[in-house]
Amino acid sequence: MSVDMGDFWIVTAVAAAGTFALRYSFILVMDMISMPRAVTRMLRFIPAAVLTAIVVPAVVFHTAAGGTSFDWRRTLAAGIAAAVAWKTRNMPLTIAVGMAALWLVKFLAA
Amino acid sequence: MLTRFDSMTAGARAVAPILLGVAPFAMIYGAVAVAAGVTKAGTMGMSLAVFAGAAQLAAVGLLAKGAPAAVAIFTALVINLRMVMYSASLAPHFSGLSPLEKAPLAYLLTDQAYALSIARFCADGPPVNKPWFYFGAGIALWAVWQCCVAAGAFLGAAIPASWELDFAIPLTFMALVVPAIRDRACGAAALAAGLAALAGRVLPYNLGLVLAAVCGIGAGYLFEQRSGRHVR
Repeated sequence: MSVDMGDFWIVTAVAAAGTFALRYSFILVMDMISMPRAVTRMLRFIPAAVLTAIVVPAVVFHTAAGGTSFDWRRTLAAGIAAAVAWKTRNMPLTIAVGMAALWLVKFLAA
Repeated sequence: MLTRFDSMTAGARAVAPILLGVAPFAMIYGAVAVAAGVTKAGTMGMSLAVFAGAAQLAAVGLLAKGAPAAVAIFTALVINLRMVMYSASLAPHFSGLSPLEKAPLAYLLTDQAYALSIARFCADGPPVNKPWFYFGAGIALWAVWQCCVAAGAFLGAAIPASWELDFAIPLTFMALVVPAIRDRACGAAALAAGLAALAGRVLPYNLGLVLAAVCGIGAGYLFEQRSGRHVR
């Protein structure tokens, strides 16, 4: 079924305005109001918490045409990449080793 | 401290290693939207206006299945809820700017621009002009994203799915998050968030991500409170 372009432009306009509001929220207001101490102390955990929550399901499961399932090849490759990230703190190397490990494991397991 | 211009170019250069994951994702959105019957102008229009890949893909997918516009909007916004946390995390680094100066920075906020910037702001090394570093990274990602969406819309997704280049995206974030885990409280935050994300995967609208992030932040905070009392 083809997308109705009238609906599409409505979705685009409202999603754009809403997404901008979500992005602007704290960047705009944090100068204007004083945050409770507990909130400012929580801020430093945001990178570790949010990025880990993105990474873990994405490397343990694989979503393909057939649906989402546990993927041991990705999990293994991610473990190797995590060790590289820990030891070297080098992003290009982490990405290269992780992709190479995934391709190698897929090749060997095929 | 680096000058504005040097900070901006440092931000733009920091983007280079993560393009392997970003470029195919943008092409996929472009190709999927056109294949679903969206015009090329619409495909580019949404990408310019919303500028959030996962939300764009979800909205187009729902509309293609005949879902009402309200459902597509709701889903896109729930997927983007994590932006509020990024906004809170970055806000102290942008304090003192005028609301007008903050607006373009907010528009450019993405997972990648956030992760690259916060990693740099918290790392050792020559201090940068923070808003300009972030702007350099954000505008470089924006330009690459829009060009690759156009490429996907006109050429189709040229990269076979069997290469699994989508795996480069979590690898990027992994490379950024590992150095950010600097103490045991951060480790507790990451561990709790990772476990909660696995458990929350079954929730709809990507809500598991937000829930897991809240669990992680709470765990880190409580860990720090408890260990703080022990020290005293």
